[in-house]
Amino acid sequence: MNNAAGTATQKRREGSSPLLKRLRGLTTVLLSIIATLVGLLFITFLIGRVMPIDPVLAIVGERASKEVYDAAYLSLGLDKPLIVQFGVFLQQVFTGDFGISRLTARPVSDDIIRVFPATLELASVATVFGVLFGVPMGVIAAVHQGKWQDQLIRLFGLFGYSMPIFWLGLMGLLIFYGILGWVGGPGRLDVFYDDLVPVITGMILVDSLIAGEIDIFWNAVSHIILPASLLGYYSLAYISRMTRSFMLEQLTQEYIITARVKGLSEHAVIWRHALGNVMIPLITVIALSYANLLEGSVLTEVIFAWPGLGQYLTTALLSADMNAVMGGTVVVGLIFIGLNLFSDFLYKVVDPRAR
Amino acid sequence: MTDNTNHSPPVTVLSSLQAWLTTETPQSRFQAKMTQLYRGWQSLRSNPLALVGFLILVTLILVAIFAPLLATHGPSEQNLAMRLAPPGSEGYLLGSDEFGRDIWSRIVFGSRITLMIVVLVACTAPVFGLLVGTVAGYLGGWPDMVLMRITDIFLAFPRLVLALAFVAALGAGIENAILAISLTAWPPYARIARAETLTIRNADYISAIQLQGAGSLRIITGHIWPMCMSSIIVRVTLDMAGIILTAAGLGFLGLGAQPPMPEWGAMISAGRKFLLDHWWVATMPGLAIFIVSLGFNLLGDGLRDILDPKGEQS
Repeated sequence: MNNAAGTATQKRREGSSPLLKRLRGLTTVLLSIIATLVGLLFITFLIGRVMPIDPVLAIVGERASKEVYDAAYLSLGLDKPLIVQFGVFLQQVFTGDFGISRLTARPVSDDIIRVFPATLELASVATVFGVLFGVPMGVIAAVHQGKWQDQLIRLFGLFGYSMPIFWLGLMGLLIFYGILGWVGGPGRLDVFYDDLVPVITGMILVDSLIAGEIDIFWNAVSHIILPASLLGYYSLAYISRMTRSFMLEQLTQEYIITARVKGLSEHAVIWRHALGNVMIPLITVIALSYANLLEGSVLTEVIFAWPGLGQYLTTALLSADMNAVMGGTVVVGLIFIGLNLFSDFLYKVVDPRAR
Repeated sequence: MTDNTNHSPPVTVLSSLQAWLTTETPQSRFQAKMTQLYRGWQSLRSNPLALVGFLILVTLILVAIFAPLLATHGPSEQNLAMRLAPPGSEGYLLGSDEFGRDIWSRIVFGSRITLMIVVLVACTAPVFGLLVGTVAGYLGGWPDMVLMRITDIFLAFPRLVLALAFVAALGAGIENAILAISLTAWPPYARIARAETLTIRNADYISAIQLQGAGSLRIITGHIWPMCMSSIIVRVTLDMAGIILTAAGLGFLGLGAQPPMPEWGAMISAGRKFLLDHWWVATMPGLAIFIVSLGFNLLGDGLRDILDPKGEQS
């Protein structure tokens, strides 16, 4: 923030109106974030209210007497106007209270904290895959624009966009687990390794290393590799496409010609000079694809019996566990907004031209 | 593509038709439209991948129309004696499922459901997005702020999660799945339409029509909408693959089309139980989904090159 202060003083010397403009801009951004947040919560709240489930019955049970039912009805505040109920809901959400899950009989917030690391672990490994393969593929496609390499990579990416991830997951399980036996099956670990590692971060890959359990670590790797690489295929398709278009833009710039005239090797021109300048927009793309993985992970988690947020949400949906559904949806939405904001912010901080 | 079906007439008629189609000075609005279409078709023809996509989609439509002729069995016709027959068994081209229903016939009839989903979503979400985006962009001021804020809120959810939540609220079923997908699919169109409107709004021809006394409604529907069409069409084509995948995902989770319906996602879900021993039950409908959404992606990719060459970023 030093930087911002510096610019501010500089601006002040020029006159106070640019500073005011900046402040106003900042306020607008903050207000729009708050409006988006409240809107997101309102939609979730409405979805929860129109769900064809009676929240009172869910608590008191089918055979409760009229008095018990009415008491619960009043205690839930369901007699109040919708807008007041929404106020109460907002208050609960901001204190991190999503109520009790009917399915697990535990607070929804505890459940989410318990399942979230699994999703984070999966999405992170998948993103590593996507970046590791996607960026070089995008660069190669841009360098050989229009040639067979470009077409091949384009087709490979389009294949990724076109395959239903749950089907790809099933096929992966069939081939690499069922027939070849190269990877661990569904779940995060083999059954006999379950609950052996103390939970610290909730991410088994990290926890097993902290505990020094190398066997468990490799077992976890064999389980995560298939779902993570399939999920990574999706972000790869997106990342390589964006890398290609950013690179094409850079390769026509004059500094590239200068670098070539200077006699730099083609390798240095492409991988150091051009790619270096692509990095900034690329970071935002990676952040966005990280957010999108949350979506892909819903189906992947179901296929691979991966006990993460996506599976929690779908189980809750199918068993009409309203509090869990609302809590899960809010959390996913929040992460999504957060990552979007983060990528915006990063863009502005790292790239002076975007300020 | 009406212009290209005239193969049979003599050469002179054909060449005069071509001259009519390639003229620089069209005599009527109809001719201008046709020359534009013809040029589009020519660039499509020069892009083999897009052409493949186009052919896949034409095949999908033909299969859906002629489903009863192509299917060898009824989509729900059971034959328990032939349950889980492998592909290539007599009368069962792609094998049969756990009730002895012919998978090929079910896929053929399932193409109707896929096409219905695609058409219904394509008729609702882009239209609504176009309306919101152009109104916001043209009017500016507070309507713009309110409408775009609402758009941002919907964009803030991952699509599948929002669709899941909507379906949970509305109840499972194919109609509600389509509704939920439409509800989640419109915001990107609103964004695109608004961006286009902002660049068009201050054009001279808009000022001219304003001076002639045209109202906002007339300007938006008659003069701004046509200008937004090309980018919306590209986006719709590219989006369709995602919509098919979302619909299949909902079907797979049991929230979309319900069991006896031969919906491809639901068929995969049913085949999941026999995956290791009877792989074809889950594999075949997945291949169908893959081919169709690849078709949309290939065509959309090609259309993007044709209609707006520099818009790499969506």
